[in-house]
Amino acid sequence: MKLRAISARPSSATWSWPDARAAWRRVRNVAPPVATLTALIVIWEAACRIFPIPPYVLPPPSAVFSSGANVPAMLWLGHVAATLEVVIIGFAASILVAVPLAMLLSASKLLSRSIFPVLVIVQSTPIVAIAPIIVVTLGTGILARIVIAFAIGFMPLVISTATGLQATPLELIELSRSLRARRIREYLQIRLPFAVPYIFSGLKVTMTLCVIGAVVSEFVAADKGLGYFILMSTSYFKVAQAFSALAVLVATSLLLFQLICALQRGLFPWSLPKYPPA
Amino acid sequence: MTVPGSGPSTEAPQGSTPVIELRGVSHRFVSSQSESVHALDNISMAIARHEFVALVGPSGCGKSTLLRLVAGLIRPTVGSVEICGQRVLEPRDEIGIVFQRPTLLPWLNVLDNVIFPIRHKHGAVDAASRQRARELLQLVHLADFADKKPDELSGGMQQRVAIARSLLHDPEILLMDEPFSALDALTRDAMSFELLRICRQRPKTVAFVTHSIPEALLLADRVIVMSPRPGCIREIVQVPLSRPRTLQTMLDPAFNETASHIRETIFGDMVMA
Repeated sequence: MKLRAISARPSSATWSWPDARAAWRRVRNVAPPVATLTALIVIWEAACRIFPIPPYVLPPPSAVFSSGANVPAMLWLGHVAATLEVVIIGFAASILVAVPLAMLLSASKLLSRSIFPVLVIVQSTPIVAIAPIIVVTLGTGILARIVIAFAIGFMPLVISTATGLQATPLELIELSRSLRARRIREYLQIRLPFAVPYIFSGLKVTMTLCVIGAVVSEFVAADKGLGYFILMSTSYFKVAQAFSALAVLVATSLLLFQLICALQRGLFPWSLPKYPPA
Repeated sequence: MTVPGSGPSTEAPQGSTPVIELRGVSHRFVSSQSESVHALDNISMAIARHEFVALVGPSGCGKSTLLRLVAGLIRPTVGSVEICGQRVLEPRDEIGIVFQRPTLLPWLNVLDNVIFPIRHKHGAVDAASRQRARELLQLVHLADFADKKPDELSGGMQQRVAIARSLLHDPEILLMDEPFSALDALTRDAMSFELLRICRQRPKTVAFVTHSIPEALLLADRVIVMSPRPGCIREIVQVPLSRPRTLQTMLDPAFNETASHIRETIFGDMVMA
């Protein structure tokens, strides 16, 4: 039976009802999106075969898959690694800047009043538009790409961290004050841990935005990376290949997103919602 | 232990130096809607050593503000607050606070939550404090739950942890801001007797804010009845009930008489307003 097959974990020799139930729940969670995705791909494939759509306008999924498979694995790895490098360094820079900045913003009204408008202006500027300018200023090296990824990604993390730092129960702040504890401990032992759920939702947005930033930067100035690969493919009308690069990009982005979710589950299990949506 | 006297008085029981004393205290602050709020007006009162005083009154009569003034978390606009004869200018070590919500740290287990104030203040925890925390968990009957996380505990148990936390540094004064109001009625009664037992074992000077008149009468030596806008003292009622207080205390005719007297004092006010 389907249930039995899924619930059989390598570690557990015994088979019990809770196992089967958990497995069934997993099937119920995973099955609908998988079905939807499969249906979409089937419809796409059928449409390309039934209607006279030129493959350079919309290649069928089968063509996307085969052209992706034709690209040497080492070439894929090279492009993925180049993009990942920009994303991860940009992401790390976002954390290193956003979290202390949010602490400063929440610690001082004066700082918050003077810095926040600047941040809003930065956030309102379409970074995509200034990406070429950044490349002129910083050159075509990896630094420019990291700066672009960082500039697109860091702001949501500042806002969610600052919100989290303010969301600490007032009583605990009063407890801290009544103990005359050092202000830094109020942040390290109370405010920051309480902000963890907020920080993680910020991290998820920031990670996704850093991927976008990295790809944008590769459109503007790069000689490797998935963004560059998409641009090259389209300029040679290898649309199917561009689509396969897009699929790899989406997979990478999803993987990074899931990595953050796993990190939160592993390190801060108490910060997760008690009752996950059914 | 303080033996309640007979008639109502506005001063602390005679023959003892007050642990907490407020002299002509008024407090104004600017609300988030930038209105000036007159929270307290000309409050004078004294609480004796090991006396249990309950503050009762409708919402917005400044009961919580009063506690925060005593805790040194805020300063009075006019007047002075003194603890053991010394003016309160900042939070002092003699004070333990219990809030309306338990506000435990969800990432720490119960024992670490009780120890938290020491770790938060000094950065490290000595073995003696750890031992004390275990004793306090025994005192609140939660010794078996030391390793549990707060979200595995019921609301009443969490509040008992918060009480243990407030007792860790053995404060002379316990400030309790509606500590049982978030609990269901049955748990609430149980917690009142629990608190009476704790205060018998470790006598404290207690200022206890509550909305519940029966709770105030069951626990306190004196009940300070307050009226709102601006918050001021309507009446100070000496509770004519002997200790130890038990379930039978609530059947005492004096219990109901005093309760209805306080109720009239409060509601007479509200009808006029």
